[in-house]
Amino acid sequence: MNIPAELKYTASHEWARLEADGTLTVGITDHAQELLGDLVFVDLPEIGKTFAAGEEACVLESVKAAADAYAPVAGTVTAINETLSSAPESINQDAYAAWLFKLAPANVGDLAGLLDAAGYKASVDAG
Amino acid sequence: MLNTTILNAAHHAQQNARMVDFGGWEMPVHYGSQISEHHAVRRDCGMFDVSHMCAVDLVGIDASRFLRRLLANNVERLKTSGKALYSAMLNESGGIIDDLIVYRRPALVEGQGTPYRLVINAGTAEKDLAWMTARLQDWGLAATLTPLRSGDKAVGMIAVQGPNAKTKVWAALPEIRAATESLPPFFGVAIGELFVATTGYTGEDGFEITLPAAQTEALWNKFLAVGIPPCGLGARDTLRLEAGMNLYGQDMDETVSPLDAGLAWCTELASERDFVGKSALLAHGQRAQFLGLKLLDKGVLRAHQKVFAPQGEGEITSGTFSPTLGFSIALARLPLGVSVGDPLSVEIRGKLLPVQVVKPPFVRHGKALV
Repeated sequence: MNIPAELKYTASHEWARLEADGTLTVGITDHAQELLGDLVFVDLPEIGKTFAAGEEACVLESVKAAADAYAPVAGTVTAINETLSSAPESINQDAYAAWLFKLAPANVGDLAGLLDAAGYKASVDAG
Repeated sequence: MLNTTILNAAHHAQQNARMVDFGGWEMPVHYGSQISEHHAVRRDCGMFDVSHMCAVDLVGIDASRFLRRLLANNVERLKTSGKALYSAMLNESGGIIDDLIVYRRPALVEGQGTPYRLVINAGTAEKDLAWMTARLQDWGLAATLTPLRSGDKAVGMIAVQGPNAKTKVWAALPEIRAATESLPPFFGVAIGELFVATTGYTGEDGFEITLPAAQTEALWNKFLAVGIPPCGLGARDTLRLEAGMNLYGQDMDETVSPLDAGLAWCTELASERDFVGKSALLAHGQRAQFLGLKLLDKGVLRAHQKVFAPQGEGEITSGTFSPTLGFSIALARLPLGVSVGDPLSVEIRGKLLPVQVVKPPFVRHGKALV
């Protein structure tokens, strides 16, 4: 299972990376893209939209099913990955490069509640 | 405990095979990428393990009489040996018990009736066999049903589909070329222990090959060796949907009349012949239309989404993203009065998105039709 050590994770299969400017880049894990199968459409949130932690932020449609991606922590959307609208399959190709959106966290302290790579792996293994 | 086909070990041996529970059978949904497998079949060829489906041999002096009374389509249309017919099998209320293909086989002994082979769905096989056996008894007809599922009668089935399917099959099995080269569409022929049919579920050319279970993995490996990629049930579903073909349990079931599932073309109402469910169909008539939809916005149509028309509400029975067309398509049960070309709307997660009514199939022989 491909779980980069430098990222943070949620049990609902998002990854998150704290950038130098204080924003959080969010995507779905390699394990999640594998479960979903070929992605064909991504419904991204609007810039400026505010989410609570765990709130549905984004819809991913694969050939098989629709799935939600959730905000890992509370925050406001500052950017979205526009390239996904024409190339949703880039998530299948590299889930850690094809980010979904960037979030300005409401409380930087909330990030402490995210899983590290070992914690995420344990969560996946536990089913 | 899931059922497995004779090719189960072969699927597990494929590195990226993703196995799922498909109606009680452990089957490959894809071997890495459903979309690549879909394109392989449209542009070149691919093969599917369809051994979960159940082949049933029917022999006996009353075999033809039995099928004439059992099926909504008329086996008398099978004028020559080998010809195949698609039909629904109905209950007394006109609901669909299953859809199946029946092949007329060459008579083994003159005067002993015409033999047939039926191919029924995996998930409905036991129910179908119980129903057919009970009807044979009720009607006092002399014929025997033999499912080719176990013991020395067990068979495997491999479907090879796509514009280059036949050429690639002949590369692997040159000995069957002469007997299959001029086989018309929707025919089956026995060649030694193989039964080779020009049927399929993708809208492309190809063969469905039935053979003794013990030989199936060797043939699968032979096909792999000539470069035929294995394709999973995921691609099979997007291919059949593009081809406008119904899936039992999704587009139709025991509560749905063939007239409301787009199967009026293979339901023989205008003749003297009586068959199970006919009187119910005549009493109710058609109550809904079964048509295609194309989504005019981004998103994916899915089964059970509501369709809004000026004439009333309808429902999507199968929906997907069409890899060939690059947008989402669906099969839907719609109110009477809706016409091809009408703009309707579909509710997707609380939003109404525009769709257009189209006449299936969406794609045939690699070409977009909508």
